[in-house]
Amino acid sequence: MTETFRYDEETLAALLRALPPAPEGWVRAAQELPRSRRELDDIVARAVADEAFRTALIEDLERALSDVGYEPSLLPLEELRRRLSSDH
Amino acid sequence: MEASLSDAALVARCRTGDEGAWAELVNRFSRYVYAIATKGFGLRADDAEDVFQEVFARTYQHLDRLRDDEAIRPWIAQLTRRLSIDKIRAGSREQLSDDEIEPPDLDDTFDRLDDALAVREALGELSETCQEILDRFFARDESYQTIGETLEIPSGTIASRISRCLAKLREIFEGRNSAAEPS
Repeated sequence: MTETFRYDEETLAALLRALPPAPEGWVRAAQELPRSRRELDDIVARAVADEAFRTALIEDLERALSDVGYEPSLLPLEELRRRLSSDH
Repeated sequence: MEASLSDAALVARCRTGDEGAWAELVNRFSRYVYAIATKGFGLRADDAEDVFQEVFARTYQHLDRLRDDEAIRPWIAQLTRRLSIDKIRAGSREQLSDDEIEPPDLDDTFDRLDDALAVREALGELSETCQEILDRFFARDESYQTIGETLEIPSGTIASRISRCLAKLREIFEGRNSAAEPS
């Protein structure tokens, strides 16, 4: 911040330009983190309890999720893969 | 309601599991994180998206461990900086130091983005129409025609409205900063 805090309209306009919106899909995915975290926990718990489901997830993660009603594009798939392999 | 909360109050709400507060926190800092990754470090869209999602994932995970809720903005800035450096290093064949990766004017970029964030806070005190017009014209780079059609305002009046809204923004911004200046 400048010492005097005196900004003319041109400077304010340049500062407004400096923060364009992030892509909507990115923002939505980040806003849905609480829900996706809950779903992630549910999926891992189910995989621990159901060996057939776990095998299906490891063979084809996105398809197995779709088959049981999840939307894979809304889930942190890399983290799910990590958790499935670490919970083995 | 969350939009009027201080950063610290918003973080405290998030910590209670308030998903509306979390959505507002993401909304409040999404442009900032995006700008650091793309303008500060020049990341490509796919790399910037990875950094963006990782920043908010780690912020969510670390909400309980923040030392100072009011310092969430600099905390997010440093996290974005660190993850952007890691992303660039991971994509490089050479072993690069942080200094070699960081653009030489990075501190200036951070100062500018902090100023820009302060201007956006002031923007929130304008009328809804002024907020929309200024954001669409300057930040979203929309034409007078698009703005006019979207907001159902005659496009011939957009230029004068931008001028008036900017003048109001200047009054608010200078008023906020004068109040914050030490006497």
